[in-house]
Amino acid sequence: MRLDPIAAPSPARALGLPALAILATIALAAALAAIAGANPLETFGLIVKGAVGSKFATLETLNRATPLIFTGLAVAVAFRARLWNIGAEAQLYAGALMTVVIGTQLGLPGPLAIPLMALGAIVAGALVLLGPVLLKTRLGVDEVVTTLLLNFIMALFISYLLEGPLKDPMGMGWPKSPALPRDARLPRIVEGLRLHWGFALALICAAGVWVMQTRTTLGYEIRAVGQNQQAARFAGIPVGRVLIKTALISGGLAALAGFSEVAGLKGNLTSDLSPDFGYTGIIVAMLALLHPLGVVVSALFVAGIFVGADSMSRAADVPTYIADILLAAALLFMVLAILLTRYRVVRG
Amino acid sequence: MTAQDTAQGETVLRLSGITKRFGALTANDAISFSLAKGEVVALLGENGAGKTTLMNILFGHYTADEGSVEVFGQALPPGQPGAALAAGVGMVHQHFTLADNMTVLENVLLGTGSLWSPGLGKPAARRRLQALAEDFGLVVDPDARVAELSVGERQRVEILKALYRDARILILDEPTAVLTPQEADALFLTLRKMVAQGLSVIFISHKLHEVMAISSRVLVLRHGKLVGEVATRDTDRHQLATLMVGAEITAPAPAEARPGAVLMRLDRVSTQPRGNRPGLDAVDLDIKAGQILGLAGVSGNGQGALADLISGLDAPASGTLEIAGHPVSGWNPRSALHSGIGRIPEDRHRTGTVADFTLTENAVLESYRDAPNARAGWMDWSAARSKTEAIIAKYDVRCPGPEARIRLLSGGNMQKLILGRVLEAAPRIILANQPVRGLDIGAVTYVQEQLIAARDAGAAVLLISEDLDEILTLSDVIRVISDGRLSPEFARGEKTPAELGQWMAGQGFDHAA
Repeated sequence: MRLDPIAAPSPARALGLPALAILATIALAAALAAIAGANPLETFGLIVKGAVGSKFATLETLNRATPLIFTGLAVAVAFRARLWNIGAEAQLYAGALMTVVIGTQLGLPGPLAIPLMALGAIVAGALVLLGPVLLKTRLGVDEVVTTLLLNFIMALFISYLLEGPLKDPMGMGWPKSPALPRDARLPRIVEGLRLHWGFALALICAAGVWVMQTRTTLGYEIRAVGQNQQAARFAGIPVGRVLIKTALISGGLAALAGFSEVAGLKGNLTSDLSPDFGYTGIIVAMLALLHPLGVVVSALFVAGIFVGADSMSRAADVPTYIADILLAAALLFMVLAILLTRYRVVRG
Repeated sequence: MTAQDTAQGETVLRLSGITKRFGALTANDAISFSLAKGEVVALLGENGAGKTTLMNILFGHYTADEGSVEVFGQALPPGQPGAALAAGVGMVHQHFTLADNMTVLENVLLGTGSLWSPGLGKPAARRRLQALAEDFGLVVDPDARVAELSVGERQRVEILKALYRDARILILDEPTAVLTPQEADALFLTLRKMVAQGLSVIFISHKLHEVMAISSRVLVLRHGKLVGEVATRDTDRHQLATLMVGAEITAPAPAEARPGAVLMRLDRVSTQPRGNRPGLDAVDLDIKAGQILGLAGVSGNGQGALADLISGLDAPASGTLEIAGHPVSGWNPRSALHSGIGRIPEDRHRTGTVADFTLTENAVLESYRDAPNARAGWMDWSAARSKTEAIIAKYDVRCPGPEARIRLLSGGNMQKLILGRVLEAAPRIILANQPVRGLDIGAVTYVQEQLIAARDAGAAVLLISEDLDEILTLSDVIRVISDGRLSPEFARGEKTPAELGQWMAGQGFDHAA
């Protein structure tokens, strides 16, 4: 058995296989729902209804998608350059931390505080990824290991701060930071609805990344470094510097997820601010084939599944784990489908 | 089929109607031929004609879609290299398959005995190996580690490996590509001894003079089809070349060079060795305007180090590199480009192009930051596209269009795009590292003519090639590289190929250096 590359996949192959992947995912989830003793069709109906079945549900899905767009973009930008940033989680918390520190400790008026919080978050997230990328470009240290381990270091650091210096004196002993003042929070897009301006910022970032990748010299450099580092270096592209710039952008984007969650939704920092938004960002980016606009779509899809599964499990007796399984299966089938659009399996 | 009738002796190998397809490409199209005892049959064809595919089928690496292989009258089960070996077929690949960290004897024994037999019977094996080496003139120390052997010696080990397994049919895939002319002559002597003892040899090559020298019969492959079968004594190089290409060919014959000023000078430059490849060793080199300097040498003797240095990928560890009289500092690929150096890299797939980029994106790989391709960090894709369209038209790049991915192009068209990218930047110095390797003859001639035209327009050209014929055809002056050192400069026609071969083998260098 070997893989023969396909020079130009036919449209049937390019569209049919991903469609097949989606069907396979649904079939697998249906089987699992049946094993759990529920009616598969009903379960899917409940998931869809829970995700987009009402105004409230839809807004909840959009809210949940917001941090995933940021972390998905962060991963997509980095992976495009073959910089394997597994540490969006740590960068997210760095951004959230900086948001809270600037918002609660400096006592600035809101219109000044919010941009400064966002900027501080970007800088903090970028700095968190700067260390691993410098180790990679200078010493050849594998960034998968360093970025992954930084997630745990950051989680412990945040726990320490929440138990110590940053602990809310009015928090009745709970490990949480003081809350942002009212005027230092992101306003709602429509008054009275839960959706905040962080979502709009995420969409703007996605468009910005897309423009950056397709229309700027930096985007061209990033793609060249990712596709063929040897050719890029030969052609005079400063590979190390491009990787560092990529890391700063990626870290900054992931940190905006933290900023948006704290300033837009939660108002303070807790150690459970992110239910693995950083890691889920990897799935989001992969499902989007690293395309920045695709990230928006796949983040909405992933968020919909999570929100829908939450609501479904309350109505039917199927655990929410089905959301994790759906996502994992979707990712695996999609990766396989992409492989098979580009290669043909032949014998001998 | 008159040639078949003249082949004497029993038939040892018969291929019938072999067809092999890779996707849309038919690599072998209904190929049939037979091999007699005691003859050398040359398999001639351009790169991509299907020679290696055919031999891989014969040897069991690939399974043919149609057709069968018969060895000594027995059908060979498809897809089993073990069966071919057992039937007495041995193959020496272009890229050797030896374990570097083991001795010659251990390499020969690898895979011959059971894993569990104690001691491998080494004394007996050693006697047998030495007898074989003596019979066929394959001198090599059985206790030397393969890592310490020269390329020529490694090839002898490969042949011994096959003989030790009682091969009666030996397939040699481009065996002279890595040899000096002297080593090639020694190989031919060995092959003659082998056929005298009743072995049969299939000799794969695209070098006509070797085919004329060693074979008794020539099979010519073109685009996967067997287009000719002639007895060597009834043919000549011209007829073979025409058969191989399918058209009349004329080699470029450059006019007298008019050398100008020295544009690049290396003054006692040394570079760090890389792995087991030597770096440059106190090299002096002048490259003059309006002249092609050909660098001959056996693969892996420091050509890569010199090419990397001039490309800007490596900087001198000691000594100075001067461009137009000015020593360089902070040397990198970008400063090399800014100094007016055009670089045609050795590996167009991995170094020269980004496979999944479009032609346009590849065409601006070295100039994407400069106007008109970009302004203030913003790409101007329409300007880049018109530049690419101009290159496509001027250099006759056959492609679906400027937005096609470059990996869809053939090697020749890819090289034409690289050539266009380099020449359109009007370089004063051109580094052409193996510019025609793997191209079909039409593309070879085109690329060589463009290099000559650039020379005539005043560029200084450094041509690096492992093909001595190419060096002899194109170069105004020749230098030979061996183990990181450079020979003196020889004028066109000053040295015979044999004399250059001695330099390639490392003779004549001042060892005190």
